[in-house]
Amino acid sequence: MSDYFSIFLSSANFRWVITGSLLLGFACGLIGTFVLLKKQSLISDAMAHAALPGVGIGFLFFNEKNLPVLLLGATLTSLLGTYLIQVIIKHSKLDTDAAIGVIISVFFGVGIVLLTFIQQHATGNHAGLKEFIFGQAASLVNRDVQLITVSAIVLVLITMVCFKEFKIAIFDPHFAKGLGIPVSLLNGVLMLLIVGIVVIGIQMVGVVLIAALLITPPLSARYWTDELPIMAGLSGVLGALSGAIGTWFSATIPNLPTGPMIVLVISAIFLISLLFGSKHGIVMKVVQTS
Amino acid sequence: MSYTGWIIITGILVGVTCGINGSLLVLRKTAMLADAISHTVLLGIVGAFFITQTLHGIPMLIGAAVVGLLTAYLVETLNQKGVQKDASIGVIFTSLFALAVVLLSFIGSQVHLDTEHALMGEIAFVPWNRFILHGIDLGPKAVWMLSAVLLISLTVIILFYKQIKISTFDHHYAILIGIPVGFIHYLLMTLVSLSTVASFNSVGAILVVAMLIVPGATAYLLSDRFINVILLSGLIGGLSAILGYWSAVQLNVSIAGAMATTTGLFFMLAFLFHREGLVIKYFRHRLRSQ
Repeated sequence: MSDYFSIFLSSANFRWVITGSLLLGFACGLIGTFVLLKKQSLISDAMAHAALPGVGIGFLFFNEKNLPVLLLGATLTSLLGTYLIQVIIKHSKLDTDAAIGVIISVFFGVGIVLLTFIQQHATGNHAGLKEFIFGQAASLVNRDVQLITVSAIVLVLITMVCFKEFKIAIFDPHFAKGLGIPVSLLNGVLMLLIVGIVVIGIQMVGVVLIAALLITPPLSARYWTDELPIMAGLSGVLGALSGAIGTWFSATIPNLPTGPMIVLVISAIFLISLLFGSKHGIVMKVVQTS
Repeated sequence: MSYTGWIIITGILVGVTCGINGSLLVLRKTAMLADAISHTVLLGIVGAFFITQTLHGIPMLIGAAVVGLLTAYLVETLNQKGVQKDASIGVIFTSLFALAVVLLSFIGSQVHLDTEHALMGEIAFVPWNRFILHGIDLGPKAVWMLSAVLLISLTVIILFYKQIKISTFDHHYAILIGIPVGFIHYLLMTLVSLSTVASFNSVGAILVVAMLIVPGATAYLLSDRFINVILLSGLIGGLSAILGYWSAVQLNVSIAGAMATTTGLFFMLAFLFHREGLVIKYFRHRLRSQ
């Protein structure tokens, strides 16, 4: 057993996977901060679920598991799902919750239909498509991890460059407009960033649970600080930690899906922050009032 | 009764039970809480298995009810502690669901309960799992369980019809005239948990969301009257189950996925063609401008 571990840990592929999960987690936590501030937590969940049919369509188009094509398909259906939520809210009496619920469940259903269709009918090698549901870091080859790593870095850089503008546009859109900041363009950029991080993350974390990596780290960070830049940075670090630890567990224990393991780690971090957070933690409040 | 006959009856029971209970959630604008509960119920099922080491109906129903109530309670508590509503739903359901999936991957091969089953259910196996009492074959267990839950739901809705209706449309008025709104809320959440767990074997924990939310949302587009929405939602749920099953057999794809897709088709038709629908609005607009 220990031999197995040491061989595994020293392999270059494993180091790549851990690096990828670190960066992916960091990017999720960072971008998730703005998702939380814009109150779009559940919309990000819909974006993730809506990516599944795109993976199936991407496969059917070329009949092979070409990751960039699959991710392009995922991006398109994810954007379509997000757009349809807005359409439903705008043109009917349904509330946001119902609109999100309809899109999440129907897109996911269509995704499952496509995946089972591919399983029954497609001739190309379709092994591993199911991993997009719960994620499986062990199924990643070097090229996939490099794609994830590079994309995560790009997304982080874009977020950092637009950080100040995002902040003003979210907290005071009128003031931002007065300053000549293009608020609707920034909203569009933010949406693309969310879809981008969701799509590159689904192979590792899976469509079902990747939203947790956007929602939970900033929520945890909130218990330690009131400063937005610190909160965003801390959120990124917590995301990175849970990404790496979860992937480590999942890769060393057979049959353990990666996504749920990562989410368990970040949930534990949330619980600790909720209780012991230095700024708003429950214990801290009790100590202060007594 | 024939094999196909039992499957169709099971499907109709799933559609009607989820449709009726789900419509109440859509009307009460708590669709995403239902989404959360239908995920976390998996933890109740896995927990019941760990305690009893079997997959019997009654412990599963109890486990599901407990975890369903726990989910609603935790979301409410976090919300009162200052976490946004949708973020608290996001954190609670992803952490409990992740825990369930990780536990599930440890049970894995011992019983017929794995991640794939949890996701999509296996309605095709339902007729084989018989309920045998004193040596007499009484038909599939799932049919009994679903009928029981449907009966409980109908009883509760009829008994508390007035209270549910008033608390749904005018929360403050309901409190004013002394309706126990908290009790009604948790009562309905229990019904959601029971519907989910009874449907679990047939359509899985995730696709049941489609059966819960989409028929209700569709019915709400078509009518404003409380009783009509409930009945219509049950009808659409049942129809989706039949049509979904039929198309799944034709295409040889996941039955649960096809049922979810069919609810989506009904929703799309209603969205475009109901009295205030986009297509109708468009033509009315053109008629007026001529």
